[in-house]
Amino acid sequence: MASIVLNGVDKIYAGGVKAVNGLNLEIRDGEFMVLVGPSGCGKSTALRMIAGLEDISGGEIVIGDRVVNHLPPKDRDIAMVFQNYALYPHMTVEENLAFGLKLRKMPKAEIAKRVNEAAKMLGLEQYLKRKPAALSGGQRQRVAMGRAIVREPQAFLMDEPLSNLDAKLRVSMRASLNQLHERLGVTTVYVTHDQVEAMTLGDRVCVLRDGLLQQVDTPQNLFDNPVNLFVAGFMGSPSMNFTYAELVRDGSGAAVAFAGYRLPVPDSTFAEKPGLDRYIGKKIILGIRPSDFEDAVAANGNAAGWVRIPVRANVTEELGSEINVLFTIDAPPVEHKDTVAAQNDGDEEETTLPLSGDKSLWTARVNARSHVRPGQNVELVVDTHNLHFFDVDSGLSIGHEANVGR
Amino acid sequence: MTTLTEPRHARAIERGFLARLVDRLGGGLIQVALVLIAVFWLVPTLGLLVVSLRGETENNSTGWWTLFSKPAQVTFENYGNLLASGFTSSFWNTVLITVPATVLVIGIAAMAAYAFAWIDFPGRDAVFLVVVALLVVPVQIALIPIAKMYGALDIFGSILGVVLFHVAFGLPFAIFLLRNFFVGIPRELLEAARMDGAPEWRIFATVVFPLAKPAIASLGIFQFLWVWNDLLVALVFADTANQPMTKALQSQMRQFGTNVDILAPGAFLSLIIPLVLFFAFQRYFVQGLLAGSVK
Repeated sequence: MASIVLNGVDKIYAGGVKAVNGLNLEIRDGEFMVLVGPSGCGKSTALRMIAGLEDISGGEIVIGDRVVNHLPPKDRDIAMVFQNYALYPHMTVEENLAFGLKLRKMPKAEIAKRVNEAAKMLGLEQYLKRKPAALSGGQRQRVAMGRAIVREPQAFLMDEPLSNLDAKLRVSMRASLNQLHERLGVTTVYVTHDQVEAMTLGDRVCVLRDGLLQQVDTPQNLFDNPVNLFVAGFMGSPSMNFTYAELVRDGSGAAVAFAGYRLPVPDSTFAEKPGLDRYIGKKIILGIRPSDFEDAVAANGNAAGWVRIPVRANVTEELGSEINVLFTIDAPPVEHKDTVAAQNDGDEEETTLPLSGDKSLWTARVNARSHVRPGQNVELVVDTHNLHFFDVDSGLSIGHEANVGR
Repeated sequence: MTTLTEPRHARAIERGFLARLVDRLGGGLIQVALVLIAVFWLVPTLGLLVVSLRGETENNSTGWWTLFSKPAQVTFENYGNLLASGFTSSFWNTVLITVPATVLVIGIAAMAAYAFAWIDFPGRDAVFLVVVALLVVPVQIALIPIAKMYGALDIFGSILGVVLFHVAFGLPFAIFLLRNFFVGIPRELLEAARMDGAPEWRIFATVVFPLAKPAIASLGIFQFLWVWNDLLVALVFADTANQPMTKALQSQMRQFGTNVDILAPGAFLSLIIPLVLFFAFQRYFVQGLLAGSVK
C-alpha cells in the first residue's frame, strides 16, 4: 500500500483545453478518496493520469515514494476498475481474474490461491468457469473488482464502477465496497458524479470543477462547511437554498434580512466565521440547507430558539421518511455562476415551477409526521445556527478557514 | 430461441386458426422459394460434376442430364486421366501460392490494423489515407512495372513473385477491413490489459486477435478465394513449371475442341477446396464475440 500525491498536476489536451489545472492532492496510505464533480470537471482525467493511461502535461504524481510521471501503467503497481467493466469477453471469469497475474509470471499455485480467495470474497465461486456474457450486470461488476483485488496492488483506481447498475444493486454494492475497503485497507481513488456515493463511500471527498480543485475534506465537513457556492450547491440533496440577503445589526442584535423575512444571527456564528462582521450593512448570499428547516408543528418543543417563518407550500414530495416542501420566496433567484454550474450538473431532478423573475424556489425537508399539503400555508422553523454566508462577487464562503485572507 | 418462439406462439393462438394458417403458409412459401433459388443457382455446378463423371464420347453426343436416366455412364476415368496428366503439380502450385498469400496478408494486415487503430504515431492518419487510396489502384496498371522489377530481382516466373504480388494487392483492403473492426473494440478493454501489465504485442495476441476472429475469418475467405481463383496474375507472372490450376485449365482450351474431359474434373477440383474451407470457418461469421465484455 502507498500514498498517492499529486503536485500541481496539469492536463492540457490538444487544442488547448485544460482538463486538469494545477491539481494538488494528497491521498493518504489506506485512504478512500472520492473525486466528485459534474461531468467534464476533470475527475476521470485525473484518475487516468494516476493510472498512466493519460500523459501528464505538467506537475508530478508520486505513488509511494516513486515519481511515476513517465512510468507505463504496468510498472505503477495499481489496478483499475472501469465504468463498463472491460472484461475480456473470450475468457472465463477465472481466466479474467488470472490474466494480470499470469502476465507477471506468478507461479500457478499462487495464482489459483489468489483467484479462489478473491472469488470467495466476492461470491463468484460458482461462476468461475462462465464467460462474462453469461453473467448479470452485478456479477460482471464483481468480476471487474476481483480482477483488481487479485493483483494486490498499491492502490485501486475506480472510475464510476457502480453507474451501470440499477438503483437497488448500486446501494448494496456501495455497502460491499465499503466493507471491502475496511477489510483490505488498500488506498483507493474513486471517481463519481453522484454526490450521494461520494458522501457515503469517501473517507475524504475531493470536489472538482472545470479542472480546478474546490475543496477536499471529510463528507461531513464538506456538508457543514462548504468553501464556496459551488460546493454548497453541489453537495447535499435536495441542494442548498440560496437568496440575496442583507446582513444588519440593530438594538436586538444581528440579523439577516431577505424577502420580507428576518432571521437573527446568533453571536456564535460571528465567532465561528471571522470577517463576517465586516459584511454588516452589506449584501450577501444566504444559504440554508433544506434539512435545517422543520415543520413548526412537527418540531413541537424540540425547536426551542429556532425562528419561525410562515410560507405557502407549492409542491410537496412525500418520500415516506420525510417530506420535501417546495415553496417560493419573494426574492429574485440567485444567478451566480457557481450556483448555476452546481444545479445544471447535479443529477437532481428539480421540480421546475413557472416562476416570475422575482421569485425563487426553495425546498424544506420536514418530518413525515407533518400534515402539510400542496397549497397550504405552513409555518416552518429554521435552525439559525447553520446559516451559510457567501460573498456576492467571489461566491466564497465568508469566514471559511480556507478563505480567510483571500 | 425459446424466448423468441414463446411470445410468437402466444400471439398466434390469440389471432386464431386462420391467421395461424396464413402464417404457416407464408413461411412455407418463402422457404420453398428460397430452396428453388438455391437449386437454380446450383444447376451449373451440378452439371459440371456430372460432366466430369462421364466419358468423352457420351459428353460429345448427349446432354449431361441423361446421366440420371442411364446411371451406367458414370466413370472415374476422367479423374484418373487428370491425375496422370500432371495436373496434380498445378494443384500443389495453387496451394503453395494461395496459403502463403492468405496467411501473410492476414498476419501483416492484423498488425498494421492494430497500429492504425490503437497506437498513436505521427502521421498515422495520413498513412492510413494512403492505404485506403491504394484500394482504387487497379491490378492491371501494375503488371508491366512489377514484371520489369521482378526481372531485375530475378524472381519473374517463380511462385514467390506471384505470392508477393497477391500480398501487395490484398493488403490495402485487408488493412482497411481489420482496422475498422479493431476500432470498434472498446478502448477500455485494451486499457484494462495495459493496467494488467500486458505489453503491446501481448494485447494484440491475447486480447485483440481472439476478438477479431469473425473479421479475420471473413478476410481469410475473401483473400483465399481471390488468390485461388486468380488467372490474370498467374498468366503474367507464373511460368509453366509454377503455374496454378487456373492457368493449367486455361491452357487446356483448344481452338477446335472443348477438351471437356480434362476441363470438367479440373474445374470441379478447383471448386471443391474453397467450399470445404468456407464451411469449416462459417461458425466464426455468426458469432458475437464481444458479448458480455462491457456493460
